[in-house]
Amino acid sequence: MSTSEEQQTPAKPAEGTIPAPLKDWKIQYTKIFINNEWHNSSSGKKFPVFNPANEEKICEVEEGDKEDVDKAVKAAREAFQIGSPWRTMDASERGRLLNKLADLIERDRLLMATIEAVNGGKVFSNAYLMDLGGCVRILRYFASWADKIQGRTIPIDGKYFSYTRHEPVGVCGQIIPWNFPLVMFIWKIGPALCCGNTVVVKPAEQTPLTALYTASLIKEAGFPPGVVNIVPGYGPTAGAAISSHMDVDKVAFTGSTEVGKLIKEAAGKSNLKRVTLELGGKSPCIIFADADLDNAVQFAHRGVFYHQGQCCIAASRIFVEESIYDEFVQRSVERAKKYTLGDPLNPSVQQGPQIDKEQYNKILDLIESGKKEGAKLECGGGPWGDKGYFIQPTVFSNVTDEMRIAKEEIFGPVQQIMKFKTIDEVIRRANNTHYGLSAGIFTKDLDKAITISSALQAGTVWVNCYSVVSAQSPFGGFKMSGNGRELGEYGLHEYTEVKTVTIKISEKNS
Amino acid sequence: MSSKEKTSSNPAEETIPTPLTNLKIQFTKIFINNEWHNSVSGKKFPVINPATEEKICDVEEGDKEDVDKAVKAAREAFQLGSPWRTMDASERGRLLNKLADLMERDRLLLATMESLNGGKIFAHAYLMDLGLSVNAIRYNASWADKIQGRTIPIGQTTHEDGKFFSYTRHEPIGVCGQILPWNFPLVALVLKMAPALCCGNTVVVKPAEQTPLTALYLASLVKEAGFPPGVVNIVPGYGPTAGAAISSHMDVDKVSFTGSTEVGLLIKQAAGKSNLKRVTLELGGKSPCIVFADADLDNAVEFAHQGVFFHQGQCCIAASRLFVEESIYNEFVRKSIERAKKYTLGNPLKPEVHQGPQIDKEQYTKILDLIESGKKEGAKLECGGDPWGDKGYFIQPTVFSNVTDDMRIAKEEIFGPVQQIMKFKTIDEVIKRANNTHYGLAAGVFTKDLDKALTVSSALQAGTVWVNCYGGPSPQVPFGGFKMSGNGREMGEYGLHEYIEVKTVTVKISEKNS
Repeated sequence: MSTSEEQQTPAKPAEGTIPAPLKDWKIQYTKIFINNEWHNSSSGKKFPVFNPANEEKICEVEEGDKEDVDKAVKAAREAFQIGSPWRTMDASERGRLLNKLADLIERDRLLMATIEAVNGGKVFSNAYLMDLGGCVRILRYFASWADKIQGRTIPIDGKYFSYTRHEPVGVCGQIIPWNFPLVMFIWKIGPALCCGNTVVVKPAEQTPLTALYTASLIKEAGFPPGVVNIVPGYGPTAGAAISSHMDVDKVAFTGSTEVGKLIKEAAGKSNLKRVTLELGGKSPCIIFADADLDNAVQFAHRGVFYHQGQCCIAASRIFVEESIYDEFVQRSVERAKKYTLGDPLNPSVQQGPQIDKEQYNKILDLIESGKKEGAKLECGGGPWGDKGYFIQPTVFSNVTDEMRIAKEEIFGPVQQIMKFKTIDEVIRRANNTHYGLSAGIFTKDLDKAITISSALQAGTVWVNCYSVVSAQSPFGGFKMSGNGRELGEYGLHEYTEVKTVTIKISEKNS
Repeated sequence: MSSKEKTSSNPAEETIPTPLTNLKIQFTKIFINNEWHNSVSGKKFPVINPATEEKICDVEEGDKEDVDKAVKAAREAFQLGSPWRTMDASERGRLLNKLADLMERDRLLLATMESLNGGKIFAHAYLMDLGLSVNAIRYNASWADKIQGRTIPIGQTTHEDGKFFSYTRHEPIGVCGQILPWNFPLVALVLKMAPALCCGNTVVVKPAEQTPLTALYLASLVKEAGFPPGVVNIVPGYGPTAGAAISSHMDVDKVSFTGSTEVGLLIKQAAGKSNLKRVTLELGGKSPCIVFADADLDNAVEFAHQGVFFHQGQCCIAASRLFVEESIYNEFVRKSIERAKKYTLGNPLKPEVHQGPQIDKEQYTKILDLIESGKKEGAKLECGGDPWGDKGYFIQPTVFSNVTDDMRIAKEEIFGPVQQIMKFKTIDEVIKRANNTHYGLAAGVFTKDLDKALTVSSALQAGTVWVNCYGGPSPQVPFGGFKMSGNGREMGEYGLHEYIEVKTVTVKISEKNS
């Protein structure tokens, strides 16, 4: 498993710890999953799924739309009825099922990592170690919470006995992004199922394959029919059908802030379904002169280049204290030049393609704006290769806060490095955004670390590191980077509906 | 007074003073930065006594520009390094307790004002509204220095070995917009303001246009208690202007609303269209009571009665669908009618009056329309059914029996003194019928049987289920709606969750030990 030394070289897996990706694997599951069965789309339509490294079609998948969502919601509602197998199941048994699912994912880890790498353009070692490793750990974390979802007995005024039950919310719609298809799928179903909900999941249209494979494991693990349903399809059709459905009790979405707004609006137009959102970011790193410079360079680098920059937490504004600015830029450029681009299944490759043409065009457009608006292009700055959506790792220095590359989310392998003088100035500049997902601070000074992390308007602040996400600690956005938190005990709150029961009694004692 | 009324002292023994006569309204302006402001537009709006339809006074009418000023002040007061942000949490608690002291000092005046402006029976205003308000402030005051984050045993992560120290801070969210209803003006204000301030937020409050007076009086106590300027700001005005300005404001971090489901939908939409501000909603209901044959009948009749008639039926939790087991149905109806006939209507300040007016003409008209629909659609009118008196918005206490589920009076929120009594046969049937609504605020179950009490309360889709009682929120227990009766919870420890923003801080260290 990776060590801190390993971070300083391109992501080369330790010898012998990762198997080679599968060759000659088949996509078995391409249909809509409802009630533990595979269905064709109501319309008969299918949609293509691509390999972004070569732009070739991998397969076709049934295209779900409103009618399919209706079927799925019906199944999920049925499975949620009082008296159903799922509702009457012991909480500990729900936990056992989640652990069983984790076992099955471990069993099929190689196949799933291969599919994820091919469909998502992910460097294979990352898919195997990070994505699959993360999924298993998170599932087991939530499995262990299932029989610890505890309400309270409450010392109410008057002669009453009062308690709360932490009930499941009901039918939860979950809309998944394409950057971490399997990980995000698990982040959503883990806590939902742990708390006793049933789900209707819409994976991203670019990357439905690992979700559908996991559906087969869900059935194999023994979850009752209707507890998990998966409807592949597009956002404006299947996704919108979920967010405006009158019989979906909650919607959880990870994706762009632009679409997050539409979803919250749809919830307000339909049935006031509960909403959690994990959206975009323009996260700052602040590097002080007293920081461990190499450590800061490495974490800042990975923070923005990991998975070709396609992370909501991408460290896309680096503020460096004036006195170390030139040195920092120089080392960052050096680091960014050490990349081999190509087929993400190839072990010598460190950077894969962007997910599709739309993203590719958007990133190149923003890179051009950087050049036009006067940032200094230090390396990269254009596309790479004959096919596939590849973009050279790009570093801009002398970036100022007004430039588009300093304000808009790029979601590509593009680093912005800015200069600052004082603490108050950099806090103000770091917070000067509608986003608020995460931030990083690099300093050895105790007081700086504590006071500045308090001052930054971000849901997660990393100190002397970046991108450290783990099942135990809550994750989510301030401001327009999101509503609510995922992971940790906090993630459970979003999947419970609190009921108070107050009983009149003849005599009360403490 | 039934013992259901949760007050800090025993209501049966407590003697209530007489309401003040010649009450002067001192505070009629917009409250920003601990100062009183005229409206930017120069406009004022009238505030009416619903028992007489006479104007009490005029109040400055806030609109978007006034909301902008208030939000600016609230944002300023929320800046890092400000008096409010650097204050000890315990000191916030002390200030809240001081506010409660001042409310107790001015209890008689506040109760008189609330009764006059809101059409509330004075005894209720004095005992219940003021009692609950003071208790709720003290409850939240005592939480202030117990808002605790966690240190977390962070494990192997997606990128590194697990050598990190990770903790959460439960920070205030920021500037909170709070939009209040007219049925419990002071109580609703306190239930929103107290947890918000307890957690360190700043607020911009818009009281209902019908009932701004006690909020403005409370503002003077907020200043007297010593809260820094800008922490509490109050902008009286109308929903479509001042209210909408709050819910679509790009610099308000959260909006909390109590009112109709219809407006709640608009507020959530506005939050989505603007800046994704966090939203909590306490909305309408069509709450069922289920009375089983083994219940203590008199107890059930009394609680069901109070549950729908309290404050002229103007409660979100109004027990407006009564399901009575077949074998006791006739007896239950008979006793309920008898109980409903025991009312003297009139000036709510008078001690012999049991029922005051509805809040305004719009509500009055809507209720009478629903009563007519009950008659037309074939329910049996047992008593009441008409308006009362020459002036003021009075409606006779009304009881319908033989109500069926598809009638308008069985489906729509009436918000008036109108009781619907239905019959049921089996448990499965009544649970299905009770849950057959988009609402989900509250419910009541009347039975002596242990298993029925526990299993039926689990099965009902309602945020609060009362067993062998009904009504009366208490600051310790969470309150809120399932389904379209709301989002989120108020009161209890749970209410604090709605007023914090969780920040995770993860620090790289060289060595980790458990």
